[in-house]
Amino acid sequence: MTVQGWTFLFVACTFGLYLFVAWRARVRDTGGFYVAGRGVPAIANGIATAADWMSAASFLSMAGIISFLGYAGGVYLMGWTGGFVLLALLLAPYLRKFGHFTVPDFVGDRFESQTARLVALLCALFVSFTYVAGQMRGVGIVFARFLEVDVTVGVVIGMAIVFVYATLGGMKGITYTQVAQYWVLIVAFLIPVVAISWQLTGQPVPQLGMGSELTSSGQRLLTTLDQIHSDLGFTSYTEPFTGSWDKVNVFCTALALMAGTAGLPHVIVRFYTVKNVQAARWSGFWAIFFIAILYLTAPATAAFSRYYVFESLHGKTEQQLPEWFRTWEQTGLVVWLDDGDGEVAYHGDAQAEQNEVFRRGSLGADAFGQLRDDHAAWLASGGAAGVDGRAVLRDKGLSGPDRDIMVLAMPEMAGLAAWIIALVAAGGLAAALSTASGLLLVISSSVVHDLYYRMIRPTASERQRLKLSRIAIGVAVVIAGLFGIYPPGFVAQVVAFAFGLAASSFFPVLVMGIFSVRVGTVPAVVGMVAGIGFTASYILSTVFFGGERWCFGIGPQGIGAVGMGVNFAVAGLLTPLCRGPSEEAKQMVAKIRAPEQDGTAPPAAGH
Amino acid sequence: MPSASDRIQAARRRHWRRNVTLTLCLLAVWAAVSLGCGVLLADALNAYTFVGAPLGFWFAQQGAVITFVILILVYALLMGRLDRRLKHELEQLEREAGQ
Repeated sequence: MTVQGWTFLFVACTFGLYLFVAWRARVRDTGGFYVAGRGVPAIANGIATAADWMSAASFLSMAGIISFLGYAGGVYLMGWTGGFVLLALLLAPYLRKFGHFTVPDFVGDRFESQTARLVALLCALFVSFTYVAGQMRGVGIVFARFLEVDVTVGVVIGMAIVFVYATLGGMKGITYTQVAQYWVLIVAFLIPVVAISWQLTGQPVPQLGMGSELTSSGQRLLTTLDQIHSDLGFTSYTEPFTGSWDKVNVFCTALALMAGTAGLPHVIVRFYTVKNVQAARWSGFWAIFFIAILYLTAPATAAFSRYYVFESLHGKTEQQLPEWFRTWEQTGLVVWLDDGDGEVAYHGDAQAEQNEVFRRGSLGADAFGQLRDDHAAWLASGGAAGVDGRAVLRDKGLSGPDRDIMVLAMPEMAGLAAWIIALVAAGGLAAALSTASGLLLVISSSVVHDLYYRMIRPTASERQRLKLSRIAIGVAVVIAGLFGIYPPGFVAQVVAFAFGLAASSFFPVLVMGIFSVRVGTVPAVVGMVAGIGFTASYILSTVFFGGERWCFGIGPQGIGAVGMGVNFAVAGLLTPLCRGPSEEAKQMVAKIRAPEQDGTAPPAAGH
Repeated sequence: MPSASDRIQAARRRHWRRNVTLTLCLLAVWAAVSLGCGVLLADALNAYTFVGAPLGFWFAQQGAVITFVILILVYALLMGRLDRRLKHELEQLEREAGQ
């Protein structure tokens, strides 16, 4: 059977499974819809959180990023998992004890301010939509490459599936489909990398294989990579602080990602679904355990795929080029523009003039076809006519293959069986869909619960709210799908923006709300606005208006760490000058600090 | 002799203080391993090799994540113990008040 046949089979089977699980877990009330009736066992919630957490970015992009960045790629590993530690230790148990539905709910009640609620709500919506756009792009890539359907058709199928199980089952349906999706994605991630580790180093455990000797040369894999990198003009694979990733930027980016991750609303809301505080702590442990299985393997995937890229491309002639290059070339995610010697040359920034491997990027297929013809004319005329396509792509910053293909292409690079390649495609879809569904639920609950019910019409009945929630998911799915079909060209920058915003707004305000009984309305709101204002203006000026990186040369990805500091500092300075929280808010803090099953704590409030 | 409600308050305050101390200790380890060994000291640690990888590189890509899993496990275990201790203390105070 061909790769395409296997992919159809796997995708159909897994989608059928998700719909079946959702049908079994369908719900009829808002409690079930938003927080799965608070009856999810800790380990199941841990698995679901892991699937929710690990997006298309974790599955498809992260190993690819590490593969190209080497040491600096570790900031994503440390940032995303380190943020989970902050979430599990500082936020999850207390927010579970608070016992409402959403994060804006907590901010609004604790700081007794509709303004605070609204700011938190807008941040939640912005972060969620940014994230959903990324997931839909992941779905589009997988469909376009493996099922050879149009990206639009692929996104529409994905949207339909998410819509059905999210509206049918709400949080409960999503939780149990996420459990199924976790197993699909983790099996799909592990099987190829174990096979490749065995093949390259004779060591089946990929984490150990990464540090082992290659069976072909007897030299260590990482040493080999460092050597290839320096020979071909790339910065070292294992050496830290190369290029634009100096110590300040690595530090700030890691910190901003950590605080930003801890503030992601779709992950926080997962902790509302378990029975009690103890279960929230244990589901935090199970979640990081199941996340770590993938996150500890990704660096190995990165190193192996980096090795294969050089092995299978550099110095090869037209006839020797591997099959995977041919298939991915059609998507434009990797292209070759020869300098006339008939051999592929793949070089890094230090030898950029000699590099012949590029990606099409945001250039359309027609524009690129034109460029390719111009380049051929330039070659044929010996530089007299046409255009050197390599210089054009180099100036656009499109050197090297697209990093998103590394995980999907690696089984093909290693020549693994067709069914394994198809399995990876199904895994990528599982990662994208599980995260998208969690986010859609946050969007729906933010709009219907926080905005409509808490701010506009507090008299809305349960049935009205449930119906509106389903409509809101429908609208959100359509908007997310449009993002997937017409991806904005600046997705990467917007994602940096989302993390920066979460780090400079949610994280400080939640920590202060729980750990301080002195911070009142004014310091919290002013701090949040100052943090967001600083971060947003810095990112907007440096990314979109080409401004200078005046703050210690920190890039837009790391500035959220400083924004967080601004938020804490402003709130801290204003606290002694402003009125503290009311008795009610103080009692609320006391309540969320008490472990709930001690018999004397006041009963948990309804929503 | 302080009243029963004062002693309940005191027991709760002790529980919260221990909770905060534990959290701070775990966060100190969190920062030392990830931002410390994985970033600030990475260039110095790279002089050593661990399971075939330079040590600073290994901390950034493996060691930090392994530590995170252990930290959350320790947190869940120790907080469970703290909660049981508070429950025990409060039950005892209630019994004394009933006598």
